[in-house]
Amino acid sequence: MNRFKVWQYFLIFSVLILGALFALPNIYPSKPALQIAVGDSSVQLNDNFLAGIKNELTKEEISYQSIEASEASVKIVLDDVESQLASRRVLADYSGGDFIIALTSEPSTPEWLQNLGASPINLGLDLAGGIHFLLEVDTDRYSEERLSSEAASLTDEFKNQGFLVNFESFNNRVLLKFSSLDDLEKGRDYLNQNNFTTSGSKYSLIQSNLDLELRYTDNYLSEIVDYAVEQNLVALRNRVNELGVSEPIVQREGRGRIVVELPGVQDSASAKKIIGKTANLEFRLEARNNDSFLRKEKFNYRNTFQGSAFLEKIVILTGDSVTNAQSSFDENGRPQVNISLDIEGGRAMQKATNGNIGRRLGVVLVEERTKTFFDQDDNVVQESYIEKGIISNATIQAVLGTSFRITGLSSSTEASELALLLRAGALAAPMKFVEEQTIGPTLGQENIEKGINSIIIGFILVFIFMLIRYRLFGLSANIALMCNLILVVSIMSLVGGTLTLPGIAGIVLTVGMAVDANVLIFARISEEIKNNIDPQNAIRNGFSKAFSTIMDANITTLIVALILYAIGTGPIKGFAVTLSIGIVTSIFTAILVTRSLVNLIYGYRDLKDLKI
Amino acid sequence: MMNIPFTKFNRPALLFSAFMLFIAVGALFLKGLNLGLDFTGGVSVELKYESKADLEKIRGSLNEIDGANFVVLNFGSDEDVLIKFQSDESLNLNAETVIAKLQEDNYLGEVTKSETIFPQIGEELRDKGGIAILVAIFAILLYIIFRFQIKFGYGAIAALVHDVLIILGIFSLFNLTFDLSVLAALLAIVGYSLNDSIVVSDRIRENLLDKNAKGSADSLINLSLNQVLTRTIVTSFTTLLVLIALLVAGGAALQNFSLALSIGVVVGSYSSIVIVVGVLLGLNLSVKDMEKPKNEPEESYSLD
Repeated sequence: MNRFKVWQYFLIFSVLILGALFALPNIYPSKPALQIAVGDSSVQLNDNFLAGIKNELTKEEISYQSIEASEASVKIVLDDVESQLASRRVLADYSGGDFIIALTSEPSTPEWLQNLGASPINLGLDLAGGIHFLLEVDTDRYSEERLSSEAASLTDEFKNQGFLVNFESFNNRVLLKFSSLDDLEKGRDYLNQNNFTTSGSKYSLIQSNLDLELRYTDNYLSEIVDYAVEQNLVALRNRVNELGVSEPIVQREGRGRIVVELPGVQDSASAKKIIGKTANLEFRLEARNNDSFLRKEKFNYRNTFQGSAFLEKIVILTGDSVTNAQSSFDENGRPQVNISLDIEGGRAMQKATNGNIGRRLGVVLVEERTKTFFDQDDNVVQESYIEKGIISNATIQAVLGTSFRITGLSSSTEASELALLLRAGALAAPMKFVEEQTIGPTLGQENIEKGINSIIIGFILVFIFMLIRYRLFGLSANIALMCNLILVVSIMSLVGGTLTLPGIAGIVLTVGMAVDANVLIFARISEEIKNNIDPQNAIRNGFSKAFSTIMDANITTLIVALILYAIGTGPIKGFAVTLSIGIVTSIFTAILVTRSLVNLIYGYRDLKDLKI
Repeated sequence: MMNIPFTKFNRPALLFSAFMLFIAVGALFLKGLNLGLDFTGGVSVELKYESKADLEKIRGSLNEIDGANFVVLNFGSDEDVLIKFQSDESLNLNAETVIAKLQEDNYLGEVTKSETIFPQIGEELRDKGGIAILVAIFAILLYIIFRFQIKFGYGAIAALVHDVLIILGIFSLFNLTFDLSVLAALLAIVGYSLNDSIVVSDRIRENLLDKNAKGSADSLINLSLNQVLTRTIVTSFTTLLVLIALLVAGGAALQNFSLALSIGVVVGSYSSIVIVVGVLLGLNLSVKDMEKPKNEPEESYSLD
């Protein structure tokens, strides 16, 4: 007989109830809200600030539901989207561009659901609006930087051994220029003794005349880039947190890239200003007056009116050693910046400052800029160039270790800016923007509406067709389809997947394709009946004969969906996620849910004949 | 069940397919694809105006900016404007420049979307897309060989290549924008087309293995096609229903995506009947090929 045992019905039913429960938060509309992030830590989030905001809103007659301040941001919940947009305008004028204002939404999930851990689906940027950046490690420049710093300490070492060597740095390589064959041999010996050239080492050496060319091996380079990206990821997260935007995404993509997504943020210029400080720091001693030009380099101050200064070529440490930097005031109420370094950085700093008290320590900000232009053939050419500027050049008062401070700053604004640069400027390797996307709030809203409309229209069309074509069987398939939709939504909400417009398209497609399994089953049942098999057996055979076809068809589609996920980016990934989830849940609903419904309808009756 | 002599019509249908493929490949060679920003790199700004947008006015404004050729056109509706150009940061040329310029001239609509993609990313995506399709085809070939028999694998792959080329050909011929979403659609079609091929192959195998079945391989193949015909039509129809919903209600962003899928569903169903069967007939699939099935699915999977 076509009957399930009670526990089987119960199990299927429980899965559906759980699914419905976790899909539930999505039907509570979220309230429009504004988040004001205070990027500059010198502005204190005090009552005055809140009062100022409230005052501005009341002045423009914008009503709000609540306003509350947390550590580095203020959240205002508003009545509707109009007042959300209006208040953004008002507050942007009020702040004069100092704050990053994000349009967000406050979920109105009831507490009992929140306690269960249920929450609505995260919306992707194309649905929520916001900014997307893709940054890439500039490998050539990174290796040039590292190599020239290493070459500088090598030349120091050679000098200690009694011969002078000059070096020149190029894209991804340096040339050590020896003055005689004798020196070259000595240099070579040194490199050999210090494992520069053994197999599996990090350098490859090429000799030409009196020059030794030093570059990283591909293996080593990919190793350090890998490491640098991990470090940059942390630094970028800090910067993004500095923005105070809710639910930002900072994620590694591929070998040398990082994706940054800021939902709700519209002001791409100021976001770029903070994230896009594709900057690094270099701590160097100021050169002595009698140092030769080979050992020193001239830098302008970042604030140009201060002129320029000569610093040593040797970099003591870079920004990745800085673990923290805070602006504060010293005992006399003058602004200062407290800096913490990691242990290795502290050691390097100690070594460098020991015996150099009274000299100055320069901090150089290295910024990556990109320019794009057209060559003769009208092809787009992209070139990056570096801008280096001194942001601080303070006298060393004592031997420095893992924590020290920079004093003598002119204002607290300067202190907080320096602290921010030290803190956020700590990128292990230079990065550049390779992709940028801003999606307006109305487009996001429009996309949501369009997406939901297409699901509804598609669903209704399929529903009507199945009902007409297969009647009671069609009804069971339709109920199964509904269950499938609920399950897809609940799994997306549960695993914290991000729904995008292509993701919605994936759901719509699943609606169309999920009934395929039922159509296969029903077609089999009707064939069985035509072959004069009695109705109950026809139903059973129909389900079991269609099973392998359904599995084959779905597994192959799943393979494709997984490939899409593995190699796709952005929109393709979103599509692949919902498609994969939809395929898996549709196997469950189209087979088990439909079967239990059919069992409940027909399994307990004596069927003489069956129309399908 | 219908009784259409599919195998008899197979040869003329294959000729028709060959002709269509010829046109598709020809178009791809001569015209190429109209690649979207995702693949070429560049800047695009989408604006929405309250009433019909004056494209000439926008062009006039933008032409005062030196250093790039601006493409200004409507998309979706009269109020929506798309501006595309190659970025040039050294001349301070980016999405913000355009927005600032239009604001200065007092003719700035609401900025609904702006996008900047550098050329190297586009190039990479192109390569990745091609690799994706090849990997998908290869993975599927393996699965089919494992589950069925190599001749079915050839049939399914031939159908896939046919479907992909026809869709690409149509996009080339009608100058439709080929962007990332269309690439996703193309891969989804790979999955869908396969679905159809597998259902057909499954039935052919079942009938060939059936000891009680009478008749030549040819007639058994024909029987199988007629048996799955209802299913093929019904499933394609329901899928087309939802795709039409997407096409009508999904908005401009999904238009080419749903179009590619719709074409793919129709072509995919057609190819499962014509191409798969054509290959199987051409390779003289017979009961003998079935003697050592790699798997006995009917027994290994069962619901009860």
